[in-house]
Amino acid sequence: MTVREGAGWKEIPRGGLILEPGNAVAYETGDWRTFRPVWHEDRCIQCLLCWVYCPDAAIEVKDGKVTGVDYRYCKGCGICATECPDKAHALEMIREEEAGADG
Amino acid sequence: MSLKVKSLKELAAAPQWLTPGHRMCAGCGAPIAMRQLLAAAPRRVVVGCATGCLEVATTIYPYTAWRCSFIHSAFENTAATMSGVEAAYRSLRRQARVEADFVFVAVGGDGGTYDIGLQSLSGMLERGHRVVYVCYDNGAYMNTGVQRSSATPKGAATTTCPAGEASPGKRQPRKDLLAVASAHGIPYAAQAAPSHWRDLVRKAEKAFRAEGPAFLNILAPCPRGWRYDTAQTIELTRLAVETCFWPLVEVEEGRWSITFRPKKKKPLLDFLKPQGRFRHLFEGQNLKMIEEMQREVDENWRRLEALERLTAPAEGLRRSS
Repeated sequence: MTVREGAGWKEIPRGGLILEPGNAVAYETGDWRTFRPVWHEDRCIQCLLCWVYCPDAAIEVKDGKVTGVDYRYCKGCGICATECPDKAHALEMIREEEAGADG
Repeated sequence: MSLKVKSLKELAAAPQWLTPGHRMCAGCGAPIAMRQLLAAAPRRVVVGCATGCLEVATTIYPYTAWRCSFIHSAFENTAATMSGVEAAYRSLRRQARVEADFVFVAVGGDGGTYDIGLQSLSGMLERGHRVVYVCYDNGAYMNTGVQRSSATPKGAATTTCPAGEASPGKRQPRKDLLAVASAHGIPYAAQAAPSHWRDLVRKAEKAFRAEGPAFLNILAPCPRGWRYDTAQTIELTRLAVETCFWPLVEVEEGRWSITFRPKKKKPLLDFLKPQGRFRHLFEGQNLKMIEEMQREVDENWRRLEALERLTAPAEGLRRSS
C-alpha cells in the first residue's frame, strides 16, 4: 500500500513504516535526463557491462541479454556509454531534445 | 577458500534488492556498489543503513527502493541496530519461531562508518555478530554538502577544509579503516571498487559466507563532491585502483593479500587530475603536496606487500591445506 498524497495521520502506518517493498518503482526519475543513451542492438556484443555499472538499474536484461534502456528511470549519467567497449560502441549519448517524440 | 565467481549473466538473473526509482544523483557510485554487492547475496537480505546519502535518497517517504526489510535508526548506530536484529533472529530460530534464512547487511557511508558509527561498528565486530558491514566510501559528508570526514584524502578541498591562500585543502591523510576493522580479528575484511566488479562480487561472496562479522570498504565516487563529469564514475574507481590510491586487498583470518596488482602502476596524478576537488594542487606551491601524496601511496603499497609476506601461511602449511 502506497500512502496517498495528503493522507492524514490516522491513515498512515504507525512509525512512518513503508509497507510496500520496492514501491520506489512508481517514482520515475527519467525526467532528470539532459542526455540519453541510445542503444544499438546491431553493435551490442552482450557483455552486460552497462548493466553492472548502471547506478539506476535502468539497463533492461531479459534471459541474460540486454534488450534496451528503461527511460522511465535512466538519469542520463552516461556511465554505460563510457564503459561500453570501444570495439562495440553500442551506446551513445544524444541530447534529450534530439530524441524525438517517441521518448 | 576458492570460489567460482558468477558471470554477469548469472548476476543479472539474481534478485535485485535495490529497485530503480531511487533518488541518488545521476552517476553516483554508491548504488552501483550496492547493486553489485547484493547480487552476490546467497539468501534473502535484511538491510540496515546509517544516515547518509544512500539511506536518505532510497527511502524518501512514502517510497522505498528496497525490496527487502530495511531499517534506519540513526547516524551512529547501524552496526548496533543490526547486531540486535541478528541476535534476535538467532534467538527466534532457536525457538523455532522463524524458519526463513536471511543474511544481514549493515551499510554506512564514510561519515557513518569512519567517524560517527565507529564505536558501534567496533562493538559489532568484537561481539562477533554474523553481519556483513559495508562502507561505501565517497570521502566526505556528501549528503549534507561535502564536509570533510576522516576518509577524505589528503589534499582534497571540501567545504570545511577549503583550498585557498591559507590552506591546500585537507592536511591529514585518510584513516586506514581496513586495518582498524581487521585489527578486531574478524574472519573477513576487504577493500573493493565497483570498476573491478568480479573482484567485488568475489569479496561479497566471501563476506556472506564468513562465520562471523565481515567488513567491506567500497570506493564510491561522488560527482558532486569530487567535481567530475557523471560519466567518469567507473573510470575514476579504475584509476584509483591502477594508481594504487585504492588498493584491492583482503584480510582473511588475519592473512593479508593483495587481490589485484596493476600491470603498470599509474602515477597518482592520473587519478587526481580529472577531479575538481584536487584542482588547486596543480597550482604553484601546492605541487609539492602531490609528490608527498605519491610518496604516501608508494609507502602504503610497500606496507601492504610486507603485510602479505608477514601473514602468509608457512610453506608446509600451505601444501597441506
